[in-house]
Amino acid sequence: MENERYNLNKELAQMLKGGVIMDVTTPEQAVIAQEAGACAVMALERIPADIRAAGGVARMSDPKMIKEIQEAVSIPVMAKCRIGHFAEAQILEAIEIDYIDESEVLSPADDVYHIDKTKFKVPFVCGAKDLGEALRRISEGASMIRTKGEPGTGDIVQAVRHMRRMNSEIARLTSMREDELFNAAKELGVSYELAVYVHENGRLPVVNFAAGGVATPADAALMMQLGAEGVFVGSGIFKSGNPQKRAAAIVKAVTNYNDAKLLAELSEDLGEAMVGINEQEIELLMSIRGESGER
Amino acid sequence: MKIAVLAVQGAFAEHEKMLSDLGAESIEIRKKSDLEHDFDGIILPGGESTVMGKLIRELGIYEGLRKRIESGLPTLGTCAGLILMAKNIAGGESPHLATLPVTVKRNAYGRQLGSFTAKAYVSDVGEIPLTFIRAPYVERVDEGVDIIATAGGKIVGVKYGNQLGVSFHPEVTKSTALHEYFLGICTNCK
Repeated sequence: MENERYNLNKELAQMLKGGVIMDVTTPEQAVIAQEAGACAVMALERIPADIRAAGGVARMSDPKMIKEIQEAVSIPVMAKCRIGHFAEAQILEAIEIDYIDESEVLSPADDVYHIDKTKFKVPFVCGAKDLGEALRRISEGASMIRTKGEPGTGDIVQAVRHMRRMNSEIARLTSMREDELFNAAKELGVSYELAVYVHENGRLPVVNFAAGGVATPADAALMMQLGAEGVFVGSGIFKSGNPQKRAAAIVKAVTNYNDAKLLAELSEDLGEAMVGINEQEIELLMSIRGESGER
Repeated sequence: MKIAVLAVQGAFAEHEKMLSDLGAESIEIRKKSDLEHDFDGIILPGGESTVMGKLIRELGIYEGLRKRIESGLPTLGTCAGLILMAKNIAGGESPHLATLPVTVKRNAYGRQLGSFTAKAYVSDVGEIPLTFIRAPYVERVDEGVDIIATAGGKIVGVKYGNQLGVSFHPEVTKSTALHEYFLGICTNCK
């Protein structure tokens, strides 16, 4: 029975594929996102760029605000809880959220343990920088993975790094002899069974989206061509000059990520993109949260 | 046998895999010019109907696709695909392709916690496993529409001419029976 629930949760992520999940902070923004073609929205009080600017401890959003967003749209609604904060996750489950993002964008609540996600009925998505991290989250019960990237920067370099690293580690595992998988599992810090799954299937056992730093249709197309199955856009939309137009353009770019002519049209006249911050200029690296001390 | 799969968003790859397991070729419809290819049927997959409904209009797929379905192209819609085909959506939302004279209720079982699996008998297909993910059901059928599956007292599968609409996801199960049935319809229409 529990297995059945996990499968349903993985399958909901499959339904989101080829889509764009957008960060929204108000019901009005949620409606704009839905009208622009978002396949789900992420309800949060402050988008990552503002969390970065404000500093301090970032926590789960007010359930009232999340409920207002659930009322405003018909597409799935996701919300973030702090890494390791299973009580926040229980609250989100109680308000029947469609997906929980155990997210490094918020301040971690636990510097050793992630949430035991197998104890929940609602699905979880977790961030990962590499294959080992992704598979560890999956053994904890995550039914969807996204790259960590570097949220709130508008800089795609880290998401690209994480996606390429994951791809090359998957390729390495796929090309191994079977007798090498025991040691590979040990080196990755994952179970032998998961290593075998990747070896045999050449992919993660769950859907893998790109996240962290996507700001333009070209960024989204880049991540899709690198093998992402969909895209999260956080600060990139509502920190830009024309959110409606940019959001709709990113949605179409994800559908037709191989069509450069269409991408050129989509990239035209979008107004100002969010102000980017280069990774060298950041004081706070969110992507090392959660697993900085683990390995 | 060549089957088109609407591939603007959602679980289209799962349908393609199932078609290839059954020895049928598939082509993806992502933009208007993709409709110029020859194909014997089309599958409208699961995903978000609001996204697909918007994209088929903005990418110029809408008119051509609607005409093809209305003129008898065998069509299988699963979950969001069924919503795309429905003439009416409960609650007053504007319909999309509106080729199938039924009224569907979106998210009829609630949010993700309401998603479930079941087994049911589907007419001409047999008993198959059904997977419902934030699924719709059919509230009302107009004349000429056959009810081919019910679950928990709700209509979850309908047939109207060559159009087949189900509110569940055969493509995520191991059973290929419904796809085989659909390919049979495509063969008969060839």
